[in-house]
Amino acid sequence: MKSISFRRLSALCRKETWQILRDPSSNLIAFVLPVVMMFIFGYGINLDSTAVHIGLVLEDTSPEARHFADNLYGSPYFIVHAAETQAEVGRALTEGRVRGFVVVPVDFAEKLKQPTGTAPLLVVTDGSEPNTANFVQNYVIAAWTGWMQQRASERGELPPPGISIEPRFWFNPSAESRNFLIPGSITIIMTVIGALLTSLVVAREWERGTMEALLSSPVTRTELLLSKLLPYYVLGIVSLFLCVGVAALMMHVPFRGSLLILWGIGSLFLASSLGLGLLLSTVLRNQFVAAQAALNAAFLPAMMLSGFLFEIRSMPAVIQGATYLIPARYFVTALQTLFQAGNVAPILLHSGMFLVFAGSFFIGLTALKTRRRLE
Amino acid sequence: MSDSLVILDSVRKTFSHSVKPALEGVSAVLKPGQITGLVGPDGAGKTTLIRLMAGLLAPTSGSISVDHCDPIRDADQLRAFIGYMPQKFGLYEDLSVIENLELHADLRALMGEERVTTFNRLLAFTDLTRFTSRLAGKLSGGMKQKLGLACALLGRPRLLLLDEPSVGVDPISRRELWKMVHELIAKGMTVVWSTAYLDEAELCAEVILMNDGQLIFSGKPADLTQRIHDRSLQIRQITGNRRQLLARALRRPEVSDGVIQGHAVRLVLREGVDRPNLNELDAGDEAELVPVAPRFEDAFIEALGGGPGGDSVLAQSLSPVLGDEDIVVEAVALTKRFGDFTATDQVNFEVKRGEIFGLLGPNGAGKSTTFRMMCGLLTPTSGTARVMGIDLKTSGSEARQRLGYMAQKFSLYSNLTIEQNLKFFSGVYGLRGAWQKTVMAEMIEVFRLQPYLGTTPDTLPLGFKQRLALACAVMHQPAILFLDEPTSGVDPVTRREFWTHINGIVEKGVTVMVTTHFMDEAEYCDRIALVFRGKIIAAGSPDQLKEQIASPQNPDPSMEDAFISLVQQHASDVSI
Repeated sequence: MKSISFRRLSALCRKETWQILRDPSSNLIAFVLPVVMMFIFGYGINLDSTAVHIGLVLEDTSPEARHFADNLYGSPYFIVHAAETQAEVGRALTEGRVRGFVVVPVDFAEKLKQPTGTAPLLVVTDGSEPNTANFVQNYVIAAWTGWMQQRASERGELPPPGISIEPRFWFNPSAESRNFLIPGSITIIMTVIGALLTSLVVAREWERGTMEALLSSPVTRTELLLSKLLPYYVLGIVSLFLCVGVAALMMHVPFRGSLLILWGIGSLFLASSLGLGLLLSTVLRNQFVAAQAALNAAFLPAMMLSGFLFEIRSMPAVIQGATYLIPARYFVTALQTLFQAGNVAPILLHSGMFLVFAGSFFIGLTALKTRRRLE
Repeated sequence: MSDSLVILDSVRKTFSHSVKPALEGVSAVLKPGQITGLVGPDGAGKTTLIRLMAGLLAPTSGSISVDHCDPIRDADQLRAFIGYMPQKFGLYEDLSVIENLELHADLRALMGEERVTTFNRLLAFTDLTRFTSRLAGKLSGGMKQKLGLACALLGRPRLLLLDEPSVGVDPISRRELWKMVHELIAKGMTVVWSTAYLDEAELCAEVILMNDGQLIFSGKPADLTQRIHDRSLQIRQITGNRRQLLARALRRPEVSDGVIQGHAVRLVLREGVDRPNLNELDAGDEAELVPVAPRFEDAFIEALGGGPGGDSVLAQSLSPVLGDEDIVVEAVALTKRFGDFTATDQVNFEVKRGEIFGLLGPNGAGKSTTFRMMCGLLTPTSGTARVMGIDLKTSGSEARQRLGYMAQKFSLYSNLTIEQNLKFFSGVYGLRGAWQKTVMAEMIEVFRLQPYLGTTPDTLPLGFKQRLALACAVMHQPAILFLDEPTSGVDPVTRREFWTHINGIVEKGVTVMVTTHFMDEAEYCDRIALVFRGKIIAAGSPDQLKEQIASPQNPDPSMEDAFISLVQQHASDVSI
């Protein structure tokens, strides 16, 4: 390998930086898009159900039944609509006015008195929206157990032995979806900056005929490749820390890991992402086609298969297998770990190792495809 | 010092994506210290040859030696002494003039004191000192070209390779560039200048003339033109129709090639034949046959075996266009603004029935904008465009039915077959049922397209493609035919064939409006308007315009001379 001339490399990097700063479309992708995405994922998308409309049929009018009903009315998670009959509330569910309903049966008070009785409640949820249905079910159960405990302590009794559900979320105690969406969205942003932006840059040189001028100068292949990697690497790292800063300080997403490890893992992920973008750009030599390919090869998998929006374990086995090939999956895992759990060495090492492999694969292939000639 | 800097020995180059080789065994020698022109139409293999010399491509077979270097094996040595300006000049448009220069200086290790003096020298040489902080993308075509040249010159190359430096540049900038290159030659540099403009060949010390991947001629341009020295003639003082005269002349066995030149007809005779009899040609009593200086283009056609015939099968199949209006196309104070940029500024002209009217000007002068307003594709900001007396603003579709339009680059659908193209284009112009079938059958027969009906236009030779595009534009028998840069990128033989068709169509009473940036093509027009920076700066017949600037020093000016002088006159008028 020929030696790298620092003078040539810095001249090329300087040129690349000017182009990023002056080209409106690069600006849009590098600076505007990340901010917009941060806010969309931070505030726009919310997988928590804060207040769900539910129906309530009180067939029993005993003081116990009414006491439980008051408890539901008082819950911050429900907007309760009282109904006379099951048929009435069933219609409301069909028409989508409520997401589920609770029936307190006539023998509610009777059953409560039996010491080993099961919960004398009927909970019906709208299965067409499984996510919301789950929430309704879980929150009603939580309300029920809460009420039982409260009732027992008021009476000076021990809580009923039976099954008691006590949800406790580790690592994300308030179970806010933002706390795991934000690390995911940082992955998306890094993918966009890494793959989409760089998918344009080599193709642009071919399209505008500047590559020919470069190739006829004494620039070496390594210098050419590095000049395309370094400026975008710096850009990616800057926006990584910017995003983490915004998440931790403005959106109050806790960050428990070490910044040094964040930098290390971020660099590894950027390497694979930049490598993929450059590879597409180098091979396709057409900005439009390369950008389309980058969207399909990097952005969509990062969005759908990284486990940040959709649970990987609930995917079909084949697709689960495919997610192991997506660098974004490992970066999502690493980021979520760093944000919510801290420096958990085994997870971070495992993710890091795969990213090293992916990065060297893409950059190596790009180096192989980068020619000093036009063919 | 040896007398050969570059030696090409049976260089052959094939690309994986095409069957036909781009270069088929080219052998030539380039001498140091002079300009060698690499001349030929688009697709001739000029760019491939330049890239081979620059070490950007490897030959499939054969060998290249550039100052005893193999461009591929000794690439590092080679890059130290060549300067290369690719097509489109290879500039970073979002970098300023000085930033482009600094980048190339860094890449070529031009540092310190020498860098400062070189910058100053090159900026003064290219007259760009005032624009150092301007972005390259905001420069005019001529200035971009000079900056591209300056960047290529930074490493003090001994061999300068320029790939089509004169494309997209107005004639004035083109002349300046030639002057600059001559200054470089005087300092001992060797220059390779590739061009599709055959008239530029005559400015080179030696030429490598290419066509379709093959070497046609290499040597001094005068040696090629010498071959037709006493066979170049002009018929002047013609009475009667000069287009019909040309067609009659081209039918004679002794005539190899002919074109219209203003009011005259230019002929090239075959070797060893007598001059044609003017009476037999029916050129009129006053007509005279005058020997003229041979042109490089004529010699090129002759080297290819002569021009095409003078009869247009297409025109013969058309029925005459009847009508009684005298003025068929009219522009009144036509103006088009895009934002604060005025593309067309208060343009007025009239085109008479059966006339060929040309809009002539460099790229970006406003020809296409004017043109698109005349056929109703753009709405004028102010002013009126009328076709057959119909205002395009109020009843555009009615007017469009009466006109045919052929866009740049023969706008055929490459993913439709020939038959589908014919069907589509006749359909959009309103041909239906039995009539459509008859017309299509006629076109297929006239152009012998039967064997090609199921293939796509890409597989057709260029000449066929051109005929097909023209057929698509005239199938509905339009009264007016609009041609937008119809012959750019076309070899001279195909170009002559095209004009044969146009001449024939005009004889049927069709009015033709054409835009072109080929100065010599204006000679085919009855009247031309010179367009420069959105304005018409002069109008008249080609001969009238040339006479306007004729002087004792230049008694027989070319169209380009006329253009340059008229632009300069116009500029000085404006500044007063």
